[in-house]
Amino acid sequence: MHRLGSPPTFYRFAGALRPWLMLVALAAAVVGLYGGLVLAPPDYQQGDAYRIMFIHVPSAWMSLFVYAFMAVAGLVALVWRVKLAEVIAMECAPAGAAFTLITLATGSLWGKPMWGTWWTWDARLTSELVLFFLYLGVIGLYHAFEDRRRGARAASLLALVGIVNLPIVHYSVQWWNTLHQGSTVDWLNLGRSSIAPSMLWPLLVMALATHLYFFASILGRSRIGLLSLESGKQWVRQRVGGQPAQPTGART
Amino acid sequence: MMHWLAMGGYAVYVWPAYAVFFVVLAWDWFAPVLRRRRLTRELRGRIARERIRKARAPRAEAST
Repeated sequence: MHRLGSPPTFYRFAGALRPWLMLVALAAAVVGLYGGLVLAPPDYQQGDAYRIMFIHVPSAWMSLFVYAFMAVAGLVALVWRVKLAEVIAMECAPAGAAFTLITLATGSLWGKPMWGTWWTWDARLTSELVLFFLYLGVIGLYHAFEDRRRGARAASLLALVGIVNLPIVHYSVQWWNTLHQGSTVDWLNLGRSSIAPSMLWPLLVMALATHLYFFASILGRSRIGLLSLESGKQWVRQRVGGQPAQPTGART
Repeated sequence: MMHWLAMGGYAVYVWPAYAVFFVVLAWDWFAPVLRRRRLTRELRGRIARERIRKARAPRAEAST
């Protein structure tokens, strides 16, 4: 694990692992989407509109998961000043913002036919919007510093403070009367979830796909972050300028 | 097939939602590719400039 923390080792390891993660993620997405869009029956209340769930719910889970992941990396960056942790934490922010944006947009597209409105200031929706702004805040604060390592630590602190929003998003449907429906999946007892198995399995497969995709994405982003941060170092020069004859595709 | 595409009348909501999902994730995937390309170009330029400077350095020292 210690050796993995060294940028050149991580760079190589991430480069080797990433295509496999992406391959499995794509395969899972194909299976999950086929299950969700074709095999699963229409909902008796929502008709086919509920099929938005197969992307909305996994994206919503990811918006929280990526934030927690970013905060943990940020904590490591702040306490041990590990360069790799700084890079990973900062690269999480745009990926997390992407999932949060998908959650908000697909939720809006689902809300219009079901609730009759694109948006409402309901506790779940508002706290998810706050989550989006937290991601933007982390990105903005990071770029506000001339010294990127200092910026990463400042933004990591913001990420840690913002973690208070995660339970608010998660429990908002219980704490407040919301238009948004409650949790569909009971993690402690999958059999008792208020969802038919034919709809549950594509949802879980899509959740697996988005998780794997995220890890593939974050490994790729972090590699570039490391190249950029270590641009003066010998290993980066060898990677970038050592073999000008090598075609671009082979060096990914 | 047409029946499936109609999504029980909800096609105008379901398909744009899926489009958002794929477009945003495509951005997430390809934005770093562009960033990498830019960074590589920049670093190669820097290395080349340093090489030129190094090649000229002995002459510069001799003249002073």
